[in-house]
Amino acid sequence: MHDMSAHAVQHHAPPTSFIRKYVFSLDHKVIGKQYYALALVAALTGMVLSWFMRIHLAWNSAAIPGLQLLSKTGAPGGVMTPEFYLQLMTMHGTIMVFFVLTTAPFAAFGNFFLPIQVGAEDMPFPRFNMMSFWVTFTAFLVLMSSFILGDGPTLGGWTQYAPLNAVGSVAGPGQGLGVVLWAASIGLFCVGQLLGSLNFITTTLDLRVKGMSLMRLPLTAWAWFITSCMGLTAFAVLMPACILVILDHVAGTSFFVASNLVINDQVQPHSGGSTLLWQHLFWFFGHPEVYIAIVPGLGIVSHILITNMRKPMLSHRTLIYSMGALAVLSYMVYGHHMFVSGMNPYSSLAFSFPTLVITIPSTIIVLVQVFSLYGAKLRINSASLFSLGFISMFVAGGVSGFFLAQPSIDIMLHATYFVVGHFHMVMGVAAMFGIFAGTYFWFPKMTGRMMNETLGRVHFWLSFVGAYCIFMPFHYLGMAGNVRRYSSFVDDFLQPLIPVHRFITVAALVTGAAQLVFLYNLIHSRFWGELPPNDNPWEATSLEWSTPTPPPFDNFGGKHPVVYHDPYQYGVQSSVGDYVMQASPEQVKTEDEEK
Amino acid sequence: MRTKQMLLAFLMLLVGSSLMFAGTVSGKVTYTGTPAHQKPIDMSKEPSCAKQHATPVTTETVVTGANNALDNVVVYVSAGAPDEGQVPTQAITYTQKGCQYIPHVLAMHVNQEFDIINDDQTSHNIHPLPKVNIEWNKSQPPGTPPIKEKYDKPEFIEVKCNIHPWMHGYFAVLKTSHYDVSKEAGDFKLPNLPPGKYTITAWHEKYGTQTADVTITGNETKDVNFTFKATPY
Amino acid sequence: MAKFFAVTIIVIAILSAIPILRHTWVAPEDISTHGGLIDEQMSETMAEAGISFLAAQFVLAFFIWKFSNPGPDAKIKKFPGGAKGLVIAAILVVGIEVMALGIFGVKAWANVYLTPPSADAMPIQVQAGQFAFYFRYPGPDGTFGATHPEMISEGSQNFFGLDPEHDVDSRDDIVAAEMAIPVNKEIHLLMHSKDVGHSFYVRELRVQQDFVPGLDVSLHFTATKIGKYEIVCTQLCGLGHYNMKAYLEVMSQQDFDDWMKKEAAMQ
Repeated sequence: MHDMSAHAVQHHAPPTSFIRKYVFSLDHKVIGKQYYALALVAALTGMVLSWFMRIHLAWNSAAIPGLQLLSKTGAPGGVMTPEFYLQLMTMHGTIMVFFVLTTAPFAAFGNFFLPIQVGAEDMPFPRFNMMSFWVTFTAFLVLMSSFILGDGPTLGGWTQYAPLNAVGSVAGPGQGLGVVLWAASIGLFCVGQLLGSLNFITTTLDLRVKGMSLMRLPLTAWAWFITSCMGLTAFAVLMPACILVILDHVAGTSFFVASNLVINDQVQPHSGGSTLLWQHLFWFFGHPEVYIAIVPGLGIVSHILITNMRKPMLSHRTLIYSMGALAVLSYMVYGHHMFVSGMNPYSSLAFSFPTLVITIPSTIIVLVQVFSLYGAKLRINSASLFSLGFISMFVAGGVSGFFLAQPSIDIMLHATYFVVGHFHMVMGVAAMFGIFAGTYFWFPKMTGRMMNETLGRVHFWLSFVGAYCIFMPFHYLGMAGNVRRYSSFVDDFLQPLIPVHRFITVAALVTGAAQLVFLYNLIHSRFWGELPPNDNPWEATSLEWSTPTPPPFDNFGGKHPVVYHDPYQYGVQSSVGDYVMQASPEQVKTEDEEK
Repeated sequence: MRTKQMLLAFLMLLVGSSLMFAGTVSGKVTYTGTPAHQKPIDMSKEPSCAKQHATPVTTETVVTGANNALDNVVVYVSAGAPDEGQVPTQAITYTQKGCQYIPHVLAMHVNQEFDIINDDQTSHNIHPLPKVNIEWNKSQPPGTPPIKEKYDKPEFIEVKCNIHPWMHGYFAVLKTSHYDVSKEAGDFKLPNLPPGKYTITAWHEKYGTQTADVTITGNETKDVNFTFKATPY
Repeated sequence: MAKFFAVTIIVIAILSAIPILRHTWVAPEDISTHGGLIDEQMSETMAEAGISFLAAQFVLAFFIWKFSNPGPDAKIKKFPGGAKGLVIAAILVVGIEVMALGIFGVKAWANVYLTPPSADAMPIQVQAGQFAFYFRYPGPDGTFGATHPEMISEGSQNFFGLDPEHDVDSRDDIVAAEMAIPVNKEIHLLMHSKDVGHSFYVRELRVQQDFVPGLDVSLHFTATKIGKYEIVCTQLCGLGHYNMKAYLEVMSQQDFDDWMKKEAAMQ
């Protein structure tokens, strides 16, 4: 096993000043925590935005006290205008997809734990790493600034379809400066993620310590590695697309705007652009993006379940190959977002087949996870509850994919709440559950304290039941034809569905309140939580549990660990119990190791 | 002392005389030829408005009255007035009712505040399209307070509702307090004009502008008429 | 707690299935000639997805119930067959299932999108623009007059930018805010966007198609039942997106002819 860690990493001296320790830190662990804090603020913001949205949908003409403080003209007397609803919706989606689901499972946990899990002191490019966080943070500020600049945020949805995204404020409030700020923010976000992906890939390939072969990497490390490969290629396409949109606004170009468009009785000064070009660029990024959001969760949940089942998964390699297959296939399916977009209908058929095929690796992963529970010695705690909940949610969200993968059915379900239900279950719930599971599991290692287990279970129960109450009805609404992105339901056929929306809104507010339990737990435990009994409270095997708690500046206290075992040696008889840690030289009687 | 008193008395006489002498310009606006057919508006996409009209209303691009009267013509003093006049303090309103703008043409003084009222059960989106003034675009859900606005530059501004594309009207922002909008019989009246030489302009949204010069010497009423050429298209 | 969790999963799974089994909020009646295949695909997919969903949740719940909180002497066991059997099952069962769905679904898709309209389909042009649909019929001369974008004036109801003064063809064009069609007559819908992206969706007709600014697309369909239906926009197009709709009136041939006469008089 070739140990490159001694050469590759830039040794940097421990920080001494406050700024270097906590602000502009080169330490991957601090950067990971900074990302987590950013994701937390973003998640709370996105959640509050969703509350406003849901209240407006359920009680359309109600005045929400204080709402007018968020916008100069968007909420006269607290009553939400149609454009403000769309602006809140756009910000909700953008914040959640980018600043929560890409940031927390990948950038936050990955930055903290990937170097440790491979046995390294830090990542190879600590300065790029620091830059990646601060660029992402700046991107968030740029996005949020659209609330106070110009005539508010863009209202075009997180998907920002052309030409609405490029014709300017003549098409609506927020479509001028609001779009430019959105595109600038997301462009910056892409830069941050590219820098991050660079570090993740090189860490995984070059910094593994002696004995850490690729197959001995924990599933989380594999998940982060695969995700960063997707990130490198996907974000590299979105960033130029954002630049092209900005050029259409400020440089008089017409990349995305066709000729002879008439808005407000005025012929627009653009010609020759392509509406569909934006969709191709966006979804080429967009589909891998949703796998970027879920693959770390698949890895994290598998990792946590193994520890709590006290046995490895039925096949380590199968999970790795399946995650890889998801990543590769994710580039071939993006046209399923465009079945009725006006693209060549033969292309729609062509995209539908890989979309149907991608159910196979997803199914394999779920089957391996579920059937590994057979014969387990399952420990129930907050982390394992959220991990099991993840599986339930991932299945629920995944089966609705069967419908959306078929163009003929998509005729009925495209742009309805069925789609919104599908992606919320897999991303808004399953991926979030992965983040929660990771938090409860890794909190002791990151902070040196345990989270409160009772509050964790309360959080779990309310979230699990609440999430089903919110998002399962979305599917029924979609099947009835409830169109999405409507700020009010004025059509005749939508009237009978309004009571369903009221039920959903109540469920959403209750489930949202439950997240405050988590927030309280997080903050309270950080300062006053129980101390863990030792450095390895879960009796886990991977390298992060070999470090002191929390890990020192260079993770292993000046020593490079040596890896002697596969990552999940449970169900053995060793001097410490039914497991042996990867870094432990102890030879034990093991089950047949799968080659 | 005597020069000062004489000067004062002379000034008072002048001012007094101008106050005593205030003429009126009035007249009729008419058209010749055949105006374009005003199409009925189908409001079926907004049932709450459609049902307010027993028979569909028509477009208001050309509104006519008896004896070839031409309505919605803004007649105003474009030159010759001693000053811009006071900004009127009374509130004027622009009401959205039955998915129409009432009045179709709202004349106002620069910097005069006006209230936009939504009297319908649907949200309206008021989007005036100025070229000189600042453009804004605001939605007004039903039951929300009036939107208060004003413009600081003279301009004829087209007004649209983006949600209901057939809605169409105008703001006539004028730099004078002498203006009127012709109604029904096509009459207009511009009172309280001190003696002087004036240019009166008549503006119609489709048929353009016409001007006439008139001189006021005392208290008389001068008759000024405008005739626009209507076209079938 | 584990057993309670297992029961909760099962209860939630069953409660989720109930509205589907009771057909509570489903797509409305099909008034199209091509919709039968779409509805069949939907039912088959629902059966397969439903069974997969319930099976997965039940097995998960069962394993949580059975294998949690073990006694001190419990030993871990491996599922017989290991991962190999599962992988093969996934590839074969799921693979065949999805391929079948995909292959059988081609016909449903082809009927709408891969077949041309018949030669005697009635052409109607629909223009989508913030935030309304307007429909144009070619009139007795059977020709649509030219459109001039710079002449579009919504305030004077010239939504298509017609120039009847100079273009003879456009003098008999009929522009309406509702779409009336005769029952059992194939329609060739010519779709044009005036400004940004929009979409045409009629649930009962089993059609949905985006308008693409700069690329005129078309649809063809036949309505088989007289009635009044809603056409709604499903592509986010701005603040008035929620209110962008028009009525589709399917009429007898006689009623349709009367309607055309009435509309022609209002041009």
